[in-house]
Amino acid sequence: MRLFVNITLGGVAEGLIFASVALGLVLIFRATSIINFAQGAMAMLTTFIAFSVLGKGVGYWPAFLVALACGLLFGGVVQLTLVRPVQNKPPLNAVIVTFGLLILLEGVAGAIWGNTNRGFPAAFSQKGLVVGKTAIAFSHFDIFIVVAVLALSILVGVLFRFTTIGLRMRATAFAPEVARLLGVRVGRLLTLGWALAAVAGALAGLLVAPTSVFSPSYMDLILVYAFTAAVLGGLDSPLGALVGGLITGLALAYVGGYLGDSLQPIGALILLIVVLMIRPEGIFSRPTARRV
Amino acid sequence: MIKIPPLPSWVRLPRQPLLRHLLFAVVGGVFFYFLTQSLSDFNNFELGELAVYAIAIAGLSVLTGTNGQICLGQGAFVAVGAYTLAELEVHQSINLALQLLAAAAMAGAVGLVIAVPATRLRGPYLAGMTLLLALALPFLSDKYGNFFGGDQGLTVPPPSAPASIDPVKWLTWIQLFCALVVMLLLANLLSSRFGRSFRAVRDDEVAAALAGVHVARNKVIAFVVSSACAGLAGGLLALSSGVVNTGEFPLSLSIFILAGMVLGGTGSIFGAWWGSILVIYLPNQWSQSLGNTFHFNHLVSANFAVIAFGAVLIVMMLVAPSGIQGGLRWLGRRLVTLSTPTEPAGNISVSLQRATEPERSHDGSEAEHPPNGSGAG
Repeated sequence: MRLFVNITLGGVAEGLIFASVALGLVLIFRATSIINFAQGAMAMLTTFIAFSVLGKGVGYWPAFLVALACGLLFGGVVQLTLVRPVQNKPPLNAVIVTFGLLILLEGVAGAIWGNTNRGFPAAFSQKGLVVGKTAIAFSHFDIFIVVAVLALSILVGVLFRFTTIGLRMRATAFAPEVARLLGVRVGRLLTLGWALAAVAGALAGLLVAPTSVFSPSYMDLILVYAFTAAVLGGLDSPLGALVGGLITGLALAYVGGYLGDSLQPIGALILLIVVLMIRPEGIFSRPTARRV
Repeated sequence: MIKIPPLPSWVRLPRQPLLRHLLFAVVGGVFFYFLTQSLSDFNNFELGELAVYAIAIAGLSVLTGTNGQICLGQGAFVAVGAYTLAELEVHQSINLALQLLAAAAMAGAVGLVIAVPATRLRGPYLAGMTLLLALALPFLSDKYGNFFGGDQGLTVPPPSAPASIDPVKWLTWIQLFCALVVMLLLANLLSSRFGRSFRAVRDDEVAAALAGVHVARNKVIAFVVSSACAGLAGGLLALSSGVVNTGEFPLSLSIFILAGMVLGGTGSIFGAWWGSILVIYLPNQWSQSLGNTFHFNHLVSANFAVIAFGAVLIVMMLVAPSGIQGGLRWLGRRLVTLSTPTEPAGNISVSLQRATEPERSHDGSEAEHPPNGSGAG
C-alpha cells in the first residue's frame, strides 16, 4: 500500500511536468498545426543557460527568471526565423525543421557544456515529507512542481479567457483568415504563442533537471512522454494537456514502479498505440470536420 | 493531383518502366563491379556501408517523398533488422539470403504494429510514435540483456565467401547487390498502381479516397515497405560490423538517415546515394579533417556531426527542400530548356516549390535517370 501511494505521488509530480511540456506542444499545435519537436531541446538550452548563470553565484531565483526570460525570447526568435518560412508549406517541412532544431540544439549544448551527466540544484529540499510518522515520497520540491505547473496553467487559462490578447489568440487559432480580416495581427500573435510555449517548456526544463541526470539529451524522453500526454488530451486542448499529462505520469509511474524503469518508454509507446486505437481524437478534443 | 499519362496502348507502357529500371540496375551493377575491382579493401568496405545506408534512405525517401509520411526513427527499424539477423545467426544457422529476408520481414512487422494505429489519422502521430520507438528500443535491449546479449551484444561472423574471392569484396558485392535489387523493386513499385496511389494520398487524402484509393491501407503499405528496407539495411550492417549491440543504434542513426534523405532529395531513389555519402563520410572523415583545419576543441569535434546534420536538415528545408537530386534535375531541365528556346520556361521552378514533390509525375521511372536525360524520355 505504501509503495502504491509513493508511486502515485511520484506519478503526479512527473505527470505535471509532462503536462507543462505538453501545454507548450498544444499551444503551438492548436495555433499552427505544427508539433514542435524542439520543445524539449529549447527547454534544455534555457536550463543550461540557468546552469551557467548559477555558476556565477547569483542564487537560484535570478537564474530561474533568466531561464524563463530566455525561453520567451528564444521561442519568439525560433518562430520568426525558422518556423515562419515553413508555415504554409506541407506539414512535413515543419516536422523536419523542428526535428533538425532538436538535434542542432543538443549538438550546440554538447559543444559548449559537454555531454557529461551533471546535477542541477533544486529550488527546495528533495527529501521526502513526513506525514504522521512515515516518510512519503513527496518532497517540498514536488509541492513546488505542483504549484508552479498549476500556476502556469491558470495563467494560461486566464490569458486565453479573460484578456483581449487571449481572445485574439483564440481567434487566430480558430480562423486565421477571418481574424486577419478583422484586424488581428495574426503573425505577431503566432510569434507570441511560440514564446509562451517556450516559457512553459523552460519551466518544465527547470523542474525536470534536478530529478534526473542533467545532460544535453535529458529532455528527449520527457518530450515524447509529453507528446503522448498531448495526444491523450486531444492535441488542441490545454485542459486536455493537463489531464493527459497526469494520466501519462501515473501510467508510467506504475510501469516504472512495478515492472522496472527501463520499460517506461515501451509503456508510453503502448499507451500511445492504445489511445490511437480506442479514442484517436483524444479525451478533450473538440470535434473537427475535414473539408475537401 | 495525380496526372495520369495518356496511354497509347495498355500493353506497351507497363513493360517500359520495368525494362528501363532493369537496364539502370544492370548498368549500376557493371559500374560497381569495376569500381570494387579498383578500390582497396578499406574503400570497398566503405562502399558496402554506403550501399547499406542507401537502402535505408531509399526506403524512407519512398515513404516521405511519395506518400507524404515521415519516420523519425528509421534507425529503430535498422536495429530490429540487425538484431533479427544476429539472433538467427546465434540460434540456428540458415542460409544468408533467408536471414536477410527475415531481417526485412521482422522490421516490416514492427512497422505494421506502429503504422496501423498511427495512419488512421492525419497529423503528426507517426512522427511522434517513431521518435518514441527510436528512444525506447535501446531500453528494451538493456532490460532483456540475456536475450539481446547485453552490453557486448551479439556477434555476427562475416558471410563465408567462395574460396577464390576476397571476403571483403564478397561482402561488398552482397551489399551492393541488395542495394541495386531494392532500388529496382522500389522504382518498379513507384511506377505501379501502388506508386500512383501513394502519390495520390500524399497530394490529397480526401480526393484519393473519393477516387477509390484505400487511404489507410495505402499508408500502412508504404510504411511497411520503408521499415522493411531499414530492416534489410540493418541485417547487412550487422554483417559488416560483426557485432550488434545497443550502442550502435543511437537516436543519431535515425537523424543521420533522415538528414541523408533530405540532402539527397526527398522522394528520389537515386538521391539516396548522395545522402548515403553524407552519412558515411560526414561523421568520421569530414568532421575530423574540418576539426584539424579549424582546431576544434574536443567538445566541438565530439558534437560536430550532430550539429552539422541538424543544420543540414534546417537549411535544406528552408533553402532547397528538393535536395541534391532535385537541384541536379532542375539543372538538367534548365539545360534542356536553354537548348530548345521554343519551350515555355514556366515549369522550371516547379520542382523547388514542394519538398514532398521533387518529381512531377514519374518519380520512380526518373529515379535512376541521369539528370539531363529526363527531358528526352
